[in-house]
Amino acid sequence: MNDLLTRRQVLGGLGIMGLGLLAGCDGSTTALDFKYGKDLSNEIRGRTFKLTDTEGEVKTLSSFRGLMPMVFFGFTQCPSVCPTALARAAQIKKIMGEDGKTLQVIFITVDPERDTPKILDAYVKQFDPSFVALRGTPEQTLEVAKEFKVFYEKEPIGDTYTMSHTATSFVFDSRGNLRLGLSPSLSAKQCAEDLLTVMEVC
Amino acid sequence: MTALLSVVSRSLLAVTLLVGVSLHAMAQTRVDDAWVRTTVLGQPSSGAFMRITADTDSKLLSVSSAAAKDVQVHQMSMKDDVMHMGPVDFVALPAGKTVSLDPEGYHVMLMGLVGQIKEGDQVPLTLTVENAKGVRETIEVQAPARTMKASMDMDHGASH
Repeated sequence: MNDLLTRRQVLGGLGIMGLGLLAGCDGSTTALDFKYGKDLSNEIRGRTFKLTDTEGEVKTLSSFRGLMPMVFFGFTQCPSVCPTALARAAQIKKIMGEDGKTLQVIFITVDPERDTPKILDAYVKQFDPSFVALRGTPEQTLEVAKEFKVFYEKEPIGDTYTMSHTATSFVFDSRGNLRLGLSPSLSAKQCAEDLLTVMEVC
Repeated sequence: MTALLSVVSRSLLAVTLLVGVSLHAMAQTRVDDAWVRTTVLGQPSSGAFMRITADTDSKLLSVSSAAAKDVQVHQMSMKDDVMHMGPVDFVALPAGKTVSLDPEGYHVMLMGLVGQIKEGDQVPLTLTVENAKGVRETIEVQAPARTMKASMDMDHGASH
């Protein structure tokens, strides 16, 4: 326990010295000290997803290696939390400036029946042209959600439905280690601070 | 004589109308800052948001719009970072208290949109509000369409 703490402090110190990249990129997933988000460094989630982007290309986590993927689950007919999270992601990118270029926002639809590639593409790109939307078959979607421990459920309303779902944004470091969970209640500025902590490590 | 009577009755009618209008104005439910989120082509639903202030204890019963086939009032709630969504029977409007229909809570769902909602469009909404005595009033609102991004930037600007 003491050991861990010391290592964390050392890592923090190195980060400040600008040597964070050297210190953390050895593939270790030592717990990180986040100010606002939840540290997920010890959790293995979302490693093996295989989904299709809006161009029809198959994407896995390693497709985004070298970038800092931030994954959010949602659906385009979502009136509140999804557009809020994506607008926040666009703000985060702006706040992070040059560092924001490594942030890769990935929107995974939990409503593949209604979210066609065309709608998805237009939907995410209205927030930022760099955003990526991924889609699977209903079975693949179920699997990915399970892998991320993400909950989603159709809520029937008349002859149609809306959806309930987990609204956490999951952040991986540039080597594909899950690091951080960002709650929808956090501001763009708070998220940006924690994302910089991820970047310091790897 | 008949002409005079007619004038009198006509002005009486006018007065009655005026009183009627002002009474109506007194018992009015105010709707401020209504807006509807823009959609991308093919997106069949959207949300409408606003602030409502009733001067007596009332309920927002329903909303209708020519822009959508089905309009419902929904509530979003967050529990352990899981967003839950579902329709509500009504929204309570306590006297004098401004109730916000925003992306964080209650909102109007426009489902089965008749067309794409573009920035700058004016979306007509009709609210039905009932007071404690069971008297209903309808309020017509023209809600401008805004992108989520624009509305967030506006919020940002207003709160700082």
